[in-house]
Amino acid sequence: MDIFLDYLWAFLIGGSLCVIAQILIDKTKLTPARILVVYVCTGVVLTAIGVYEPLVNFAGSGATVPLTGFGYAIAKGVQKAVDEKGLLGALTGGLEATAGGISASICFGLIMSLIFSSKPKR
Amino acid sequence: MNEKEYNEYVEKRAKKSPVLKNCIFAFLIGGGICTLGQAFFHLYTFLGLEETDSRTVVAITLIFIAALLTGFGIFDNIAKIAGAGTLVPITGFANAITSQAIDTKSEGFILGVGAKIFTIAGPVILYGTFTGVIYGIIYYFCNLIWG
Amino acid sequence: MKNGILKFKRKPKIISSYSVVGHMEKSGPLGELFDEYSNDDKFGKNSWEKAESEMQKRAFSGALNKSGLIDTEIDVLLAGDLLNQCVGSNYGLSCFDVGYLGLYGACSTCSEGLLIGASLYSGGVVDSCAVVTSSHYCSSERQFRFPLEYGGQRTPTAQWTTTGAGAFILKDEGNVEISEGMIGKIIDKGISDINNMGAAMAPAAIDTIKRYFLESEHSPEFFDLIITGDLGYEGSEILKDLLLKDGIDIRNNHIDCGLMLFDRKAQDVHAGGSGCGCSAIVMASDIIPRLASGELKSVLFLGTGALMSPVSLFQGGTIPAIAHLVRLSSLNSHN
Repeated sequence: MDIFLDYLWAFLIGGSLCVIAQILIDKTKLTPARILVVYVCTGVVLTAIGVYEPLVNFAGSGATVPLTGFGYAIAKGVQKAVDEKGLLGALTGGLEATAGGISASICFGLIMSLIFSSKPKR
Repeated sequence: MNEKEYNEYVEKRAKKSPVLKNCIFAFLIGGGICTLGQAFFHLYTFLGLEETDSRTVVAITLIFIAALLTGFGIFDNIAKIAGAGTLVPITGFANAITSQAIDTKSEGFILGVGAKIFTIAGPVILYGTFTGVIYGIIYYFCNLIWG
Repeated sequence: MKNGILKFKRKPKIISSYSVVGHMEKSGPLGELFDEYSNDDKFGKNSWEKAESEMQKRAFSGALNKSGLIDTEIDVLLAGDLLNQCVGSNYGLSCFDVGYLGLYGACSTCSEGLLIGASLYSGGVVDSCAVVTSSHYCSSERQFRFPLEYGGQRTPTAQWTTTGAGAFILKDEGNVEISEGMIGKIIDKGISDINNMGAAMAPAAIDTIKRYFLESEHSPEFFDLIITGDLGYEGSEILKDLLLKDGIDIRNNHIDCGLMLFDRKAQDVHAGGSGCGCSAIVMASDIIPRLASGELKSVLFLGTGALMSPVSLFQGGTIPAIAHLVRLSSLNSHN
C-alpha cells in the first residue's frame, strides 16, 4: 500500500508541477526557455529555505524529476560541499551534484547526432 | 487605429490555446513520466544503490529514453500533445540538448554540434549553477555566524 | 504617379510557371496541380538548406523547359528566399548563365519579383525576365525557431512554413499579362508575436489595398479574386474585417494562398501556410493556369511579408510588414 501511495504522490505532484508551467506558457508571454530557468532557480531557492526537501521526501520522483528537482540537486550539492570544504564548496557543489545528468545529456546528445539526422516534419 | 488599439483588437480575436486540454495532457503525461521515474527509483534502490545515487541514475535513465526518442523523431510528436508535460521533467532538458546536437551536425561536429549543443539548455545550467553559488556563499556565512 | 499605381506601358506576359513542393504540400488540397515534388523534402541533398537550393534550381529549370527558352535567353533573374543572405537562391541558381539580382522581401518576395520584373520590362530595360522564390519548412524552422526535433507546442495562430519553390518566366507573348503594380510600404503596427504573423502582416495588405482602390478606376467587385500571399486564417479575417470597416468589401472574392494550400482540419498547420514558397507555388500552379485558360479574367495578387529577424525579435523589436501588389489579367477571350 505504501508503494502505491509513493506512485500516486509522484504522479500528482509531478503532474501538478507540469500544469503550473503549462498555464504559464498558455496564459503569459513567458517562453518555455524562460520558464525552465525560473523552475531551476525556484528549485534552488525553495530548497535553500527548507521547503523543497519535505516535498522530495513526500513525493519522491514527483519532486526530483521535474526541473525544480534539478535546482534541488544543485542546492543540496552546495550544502554538502560547503559543509565539507567551506567556501570553496559554493563553487564546486552545484555542478558536482548535477554532473551525472549534464554529462549524460551531452554524451547521449552527441551519440544521437552521430546516429540520427533530423526528419522532415508533417 | 493606433498601435495599442490594434494590439488589443488582435489579442481579442486571436484564437486562444486550449488551456484546459493542454493542462490535462501536461498533467497526465508529466505525472506519468514522474511515476516512471519513481518506478526506476524503486528498482535501483532495490538493486542496492543508495538514495542520492539512485536519483542520479533515474535522471540518467530518463535522459537516455528522451534522447533516444528524439533521435527517432518521436519526442516532438509526443511533446506537441504533452506541452509542459514533457518540457518540465528532465526529459525536456535532454530533448533540448539532443535536438540541438542532431540539428547542427550539418555545420560540423566542432562549430556545429560542439559550439551549439547548449543553445537551448544552456540558460538552465548557467542560472541554476549561479543561483547555487550565491546560495552556497550565503549558506557558508550563515553557518559562520550561527553555526 | 507618386505612391500610386504603377501602370505598365509595355505589359510583360507570364509565358510559363513551374512549382516544386514537399510532401505536406503534395498531400494538400492543391497537391495534384504541382509540377514536381520530393517525398522526403530533401530533394536528394544532405542538408535542408541545400534541399531548398535544389528546389530553386529545379523550379527555374522546369519553367525554362516549359517556355522553350534557355538560361542565356533570359535578361535578368530575380530571386529570393528566407535564409540569411538569400543563400537558397545564391547557391541554387549559381549553375545558370544569367544575370542575377537577389531579393529579400520575406514572404512578399514573389510579388516583389514580379513587380520589379514587370517594371524593368515595361521600361524596356530587359526583354525577358525570370522570378524564382522558395521557402523550406525545415531550413526556416532552424533559422527562425527551434531545432526540428525540439519538442514544443505551437499556438493556434502560428503558421506553417511552406516547403516549395515557384518560378515564372516573363516575356512578350502569352495569355497572362501583368498590367499594374503597387509597391508596398513598410507598416509596423507593433505586433511582436512571431506566432501570429498573420496579424503582423494584415495591416500592410490593408494599406496597399486601400491605396490601390483609392486610385484605381475599378471597385473590388471587378476582380475575380483578390489574392493574399500568406495571411493565414488570423490575418485573412483581420484583413476582411478592417477593410469592411473602411468601406471596402472583399469578403466574396478574397482568397489566401496559405489557406488554399493546406487542409487545416486534416493537416497540423494551425492558421495556414506561410513563406516565400507559399504564394509562389499557388500562383504558379493554380492561379496562373486559370488565368491562362480564361477561367479567371483579372486578379490582384498581394504577396505579404514579415520583415523581422531573430535578432531583432530577441532585442524586443516588433514585426514590420510589407505587401506588394500586382494585377494580373487574362488575354484569353474564349470561355
